[in-house]
Amino acid sequence: MAEGAETIFRDGRMNRYLKVLGIFWSTSIAAEMEYRLNFWLAALTSICNFIGSIFGLFLFYRTGYTFAGWRWEEALIVLGVFTLLEGFSSTLLAPNLSKIVQHIQQGTLDFVLLRPINSQFWLSTHTFSPWGIPDLLLGGILIGYAGARLGLPLINYGMSALPLLFGCMILYSLWFILGATSIWFVKIYNVTEVLKGLIEAGRFPMVAYPATYRFFFTFVIPVAFLTTIPAEAMLGRSQFIWTIGAGFLAGALLLASRWFWQFALRFYTSASS
Amino acid sequence: MHQPLRVIRTLLSVQYAYMLEYRAELLLWVLAGVLPFILMGAWMQAAQGGQFGLTPLEFARYFLATFIARQFSIVWVIWEFEREVVEGKLSPRLLQPIDPGWYHFTSHISERVARLPFAIALVIIFFLIYPQAFWIPSLQGSLLFTLSVLLAFGLRFIMQYTFAMFAFWIERARAIEEFWFLLYLFLSGLIAPLELFPPVVREIVLWTPFPYMIHFPAALLVGIPVDVGRSLFVIFLWSSAFLVLNRWLWRKGLKQYSGMGA
Repeated sequence: MAEGAETIFRDGRMNRYLKVLGIFWSTSIAAEMEYRLNFWLAALTSICNFIGSIFGLFLFYRTGYTFAGWRWEEALIVLGVFTLLEGFSSTLLAPNLSKIVQHIQQGTLDFVLLRPINSQFWLSTHTFSPWGIPDLLLGGILIGYAGARLGLPLINYGMSALPLLFGCMILYSLWFILGATSIWFVKIYNVTEVLKGLIEAGRFPMVAYPATYRFFFTFVIPVAFLTTIPAEAMLGRSQFIWTIGAGFLAGALLLASRWFWQFALRFYTSASS
Repeated sequence: MHQPLRVIRTLLSVQYAYMLEYRAELLLWVLAGVLPFILMGAWMQAAQGGQFGLTPLEFARYFLATFIARQFSIVWVIWEFEREVVEGKLSPRLLQPIDPGWYHFTSHISERVARLPFAIALVIIFFLIYPQAFWIPSLQGSLLFTLSVLLAFGLRFIMQYTFAMFAFWIERARAIEEFWFLLYLFLSGLIAPLELFPPVVREIVLWTPFPYMIHFPAALLVGIPVDVGRSLFVIFLWSSAFLVLNRWLWRKGLKQYSGMGA
């Protein structure tokens, strides 16, 4: 969280926040471990989803068609990045941010606001769900496999770390901003479903789409920054300007999410008073 | 004879009023179903080369048709039923002189009616943006489409309601549905028309219930040739198999049921 780190963890409180994070996550893992069967079901579901995703991509490449400038293995890398992001959102984003609505509906947001800790930090990190781990593993395996087939040097994986981080930040910020709108519209469970639906476009590199789609998914809903740009960095063919652009966008959206939350809180009238 | 009709009419109107309260939610649900439009873009771009046997225009129509077909076959009964069993809310329903299945069934039908205006609006917007794609389906195609979406909804409902019965024995019956949904997602023709599947895969998939929920109605609407007789036969087979299983599990499950207050 490069720039965001400074704003969220101000003046040496970082240690305290890290300690709190450790407590949050160990308790939530302990709680989830009660449902071990569910974990295996989730793993099975992830594997099937993974096979299905590859099958969906294969349908394009089956007859010799290729996305302009993307070989099969290269398109697999995009899918791998997409799977990683899916894992990220089901370990951290979905379990936390989908509860904002609940807190507002039931008025339990009061208790969050009373704690001596940044409320955005609390809402965004308090649950760690191991259910996304299979996706993270599968995404990693797919990238490793495709990367080995393409003979990518190790440094390339490192090159993609930064754009990947920016992608996660962008996704988080958009999701959080949408979640925060529930302060006004209490019954807004589905707004994040719309976001999730749009992000599906990240399964394929942007060139797979017609020009209007590309414009929309770059400048309106920045899906291009989530999967295509990290994948290009990994393939060693991204222009540096795009990474910088992604960094700016990520920083700006993170600040926007923070500002928006402060703004939204002014309109919060608890459920009981 | 009049009694059941009156009951059904009352249930429908109550549920419809209830659904109207959630209009904003419904709009968002319709918007969340944009997947067909995303895939439409990718496939239209791919079809430029002409090696897929369908033109970009045919892809556009096919995916629009999948969007419409999907609006009719959205089912969530397992989430409601599971909650009712776990929280014991099924008990008061059992006292009513009507099978609880009807309650869920009418709730889905009413939601469909409440959802329709949003879906129609989206279709109109689509044609305004992309008027070349406009087409008028044949009369026969439209009639068969209407029949097929009704059957598709029935099949999907009875399948999910059958899985819901497992809530009597396990805590999270919806995990079964979540798994089943993946098969539905990839095999129903939602991600690509079945014509593009490798022939062996297609032959196998045609014996599963999945393509009859999306691909079959969509193909009828667009005018892609399908074997109507065989399709209806497969739908009938799966629907009756699940119906029998459902009633059997219901009877077994009620004996098992010990929800709060039961």
